[in-house]
Amino acid sequence: MASVRSDQDGNQKRIPIALKILVAGGFGAGKTTMVSSVSEIKPLQTEERLTGANHTDSTEGVEAKTTTTVTMDFGRITISEDLQLYLFGTPGQDRFWFLWDELAHGALGAVVLADTRRLADCFPSIDYFEQRGTPFIVAVNCFDDRRFGIDAISRALDLSPEVPIVEFDARMALAARDVLIELVEYVARRQMATA
Amino acid sequence: MPPEFRARHNWLDNEAGPLIRPYALTQGRVAPQGCEFDMVAFVVATPARRDGGMPLQPEHHAIIEATWEPTAVVELAAKLDLAVDVVRVLLGDLRRAGLIALYEPPAAYMPHNIDVLKAVVNGLRAL
Repeated sequence: MASVRSDQDGNQKRIPIALKILVAGGFGAGKTTMVSSVSEIKPLQTEERLTGANHTDSTEGVEAKTTTTVTMDFGRITISEDLQLYLFGTPGQDRFWFLWDELAHGALGAVVLADTRRLADCFPSIDYFEQRGTPFIVAVNCFDDRRFGIDAISRALDLSPEVPIVEFDARMALAARDVLIELVEYVARRQMATA
Repeated sequence: MPPEFRARHNWLDNEAGPLIRPYALTQGRVAPQGCEFDMVAFVVATPARRDGGMPLQPEHHAIIEATWEPTAVVELAAKLDLAVDVVRVLLGDLRRAGLIALYEPPAAYMPHNIDVLKAVVNGLRAL
């Protein structure tokens, strides 16, 4: 397969290719739950400690910047020896948008989790991916029996008709896996349409 | 901080925050020099080719130890309990010293290959 790379020193270490999938949505929509249910590792958290200003090489004034801690959840799924899928739960707060840019760079696509009790919470994520051109699907996390029709949700979110919407339970590993399959198939369809 | 140290000093815990400010480890540098590392770039330690120039900190050694097998930047950060940006600065040092090799994900500079996407779908179905 074309994805196989090997160590440039020829010492036989195979370097896997990692693909990124983002899991976005409002606070409490189930991002961490989804990452944990489908990940093969206990979801790890890493802290991105950030200075207030843009990333620069200059050390000048570093001491004056306030630092912020952002905790990111991430999980891993090993597809094969050569292919790994990383899931990143995006930090919820709006003030961390710049971190999204980094996560979205080169990402395969995104799953936007919607909670029908607070549907508006996922608008910022949808706007973000639409503007960036990152392929995304909407996954409605079913917390209770109050189901809304997919069509109603699609209209409420003002999605273009080709964006898939699925319902699932973020706690169930297989359901979360199916959401990822839906996303990757959607990305493949888009890719073939533009090829 | 090694766990045994934490155990001896129970007044130090995660709540208390790091004993050493994160960027103290990098001498105040907040970004690696001359390169960006993707969070899912893979790092591999290269067989020692010390140029003898750069003094290494314990964190540099910890990174080398942890990357004899290819390891993603974000996993390295989680494993060593260091901030991603701190790890990036240290990786920049190590790369300049020729002690690690870095492999950026191809998706960062080209669209995803359709065969790779199919392999992902098949892999997910097999879970």
